[in-house]
Amino acid sequence: MSISILTGNDAAAHAARLARVQVVAAYPITPQSPVVEMLSKWSDQGDLQAELVRVESEHSALTVCIAAATVGARVFTATSANGLAYMNEQIWWAAGARLPVVMCCVNRALAAPWNVLNDQQDSMSVRDAGWVQLYCRDNQEVLDTTLQAWRIAEELGLPVMVCYDGFLLSHTVMPVDVPEASAVDAFLPRHEPIPVIDLARPRNVGPVTFADPRANADGVICHGYMELRALHQEALTRALQVIPRVERSFAALFGRSRGALTWGHLLDDAEVVLVAAGSIGVELTVAAEALRAEGVKAGVLGIRAYRPFPAEALRQALQGRRLALVFDKAMSYGHEGPICSDVRSALFGAPGAPPVFGAVAGLGGRDAAARELAEVARRALADLDRGVRQRPAEWVNLQLEERA
Amino acid sequence: MGTRDCQHQIAMSSPAAGEAGATGDWRTERPVLDPALCLAQKQEKEACQLCWVYCPDLCIARGVPPAVLLTYCKGCGICAEVCPTDAIAMVPERESAAAAAGGAR
Ligand code: SF4
Ligand code: SF4
Repeated sequence: MSISILTGNDAAAHAARLARVQVVAAYPITPQSPVVEMLSKWSDQGDLQAELVRVESEHSALTVCIAAATVGARVFTATSANGLAYMNEQIWWAAGARLPVVMCCVNRALAAPWNVLNDQQDSMSVRDAGWVQLYCRDNQEVLDTTLQAWRIAEELGLPVMVCYDGFLLSHTVMPVDVPEASAVDAFLPRHEPIPVIDLARPRNVGPVTFADPRANADGVICHGYMELRALHQEALTRALQVIPRVERSFAALFGRSRGALTWGHLLDDAEVVLVAAGSIGVELTVAAEALRAEGVKAGVLGIRAYRPFPAEALRQALQGRRLALVFDKAMSYGHEGPICSDVRSALFGAPGAPPVFGAVAGLGGRDAAARELAEVARRALADLDRGVRQRPAEWVNLQLEERA
Repeated sequence: MGTRDCQHQIAMSSPAAGEAGATGDWRTERPVLDPALCLAQKQEKEACQLCWVYCPDLCIARGVPPAVLLTYCKGCGICAEVCPTDAIAMVPERESAAAAAGGAR
């Protein structure tokens, strides 16, 4: 083990190298580009024995990964924002074809208007596609989570998206413990793929599938579309057990644990719980400490696994609290922040569930500093004390009016 | 996976005739071949065979003249379109039902 000073993008590239990926196909986009640049440099120097496929678009990048994963290769790609949007068709294909693709999504705002800075609208917009989605707090977590992603993906036959905040993590250096290749080999043994391609038994992969189960040419009844979708949902539900198990085995080997489905800070006696995914969670820990200094029992509940959504873990963690204040770096436009909606639905009807207030923060790179987030919490508490139980989301640091 | 014998977790099939089902029941018009106009028939050898080449569903059998496999022919009309002598006519199913016995091959 050795401590290196790495950006989040470096950390992701190291993870791909240590996982001995066999095929990499990615198209550069800010702020993801350094991940691909680093992998191509290593490949050029002979430090990475992977097939690097140059493609003309993100749609093709994921298509290459889909094809390579179908024949059993360990694959990696990375993208951001409009690149992810351009992949959209294949995002769904990778999931429905149950391929263990690992992709880093370096979170960036979606255009229009054009903006290369951070929020989480890109990955949140594909939350329904059937990928596992994991969110990282810092650069160590980017490396560790990306390594864990292959274990989760290969065990469940599901693609995994490792999401980390553009610039805030992707271009910020931090000390990162980079494990030895041999240790990673023990954690991540060679992937034994489902033998989809078998010359002795040729098969069509991904043919048209009708609504109802139907006999194949050998008279064996095969699943209809809905059965395959139910199995997909079942695998994502199983991920709620697999993600913590993989995390435990990682912790046993590498001696560090960053939380499984969720993570907490000052949670035990917290009355006000600040909920978020990604690096804003770290900012919230500073806000919570500031609130505690004023006598407000605040804590943070970070969401590491957003899909599958850890509804039961959240019910347990939030039961009996006074308030859950959810910070979203994305919107379901026309409704509310996606995490806020999901927390509400997880808590609905649960005994001892607190009211849930939403806040939208950091869109398109807008700063959301700890002191400002603490202010949001103070206003939410004042509303709560006045008897408010439902209210529209606060848009943090919004400046629609001229300042006097 | 699941409880089915297929054990599939993704959509898969073996390459085999009729793997996508008896697509013949999609048909609203059927190709009816007039041997008198067919080049193969006229030359009494396996000439032309363009209809066999172009049928996207592989449901024309080569021959003198070629024969349409109606179980899978979905009635797209491509064979009729490519036939250089207009030997194939697309006949509405309702009309061809009566003539079915001797009509389509
Ligand atoms: S109409 Fe002709 S080309 Fe079309 S499926 Fe039937 S036989 Fe084949
Ligand atoms: S395309 Fe027409 S002429 Fe040629 S083999 Fe077929 S039916 Fe006969």
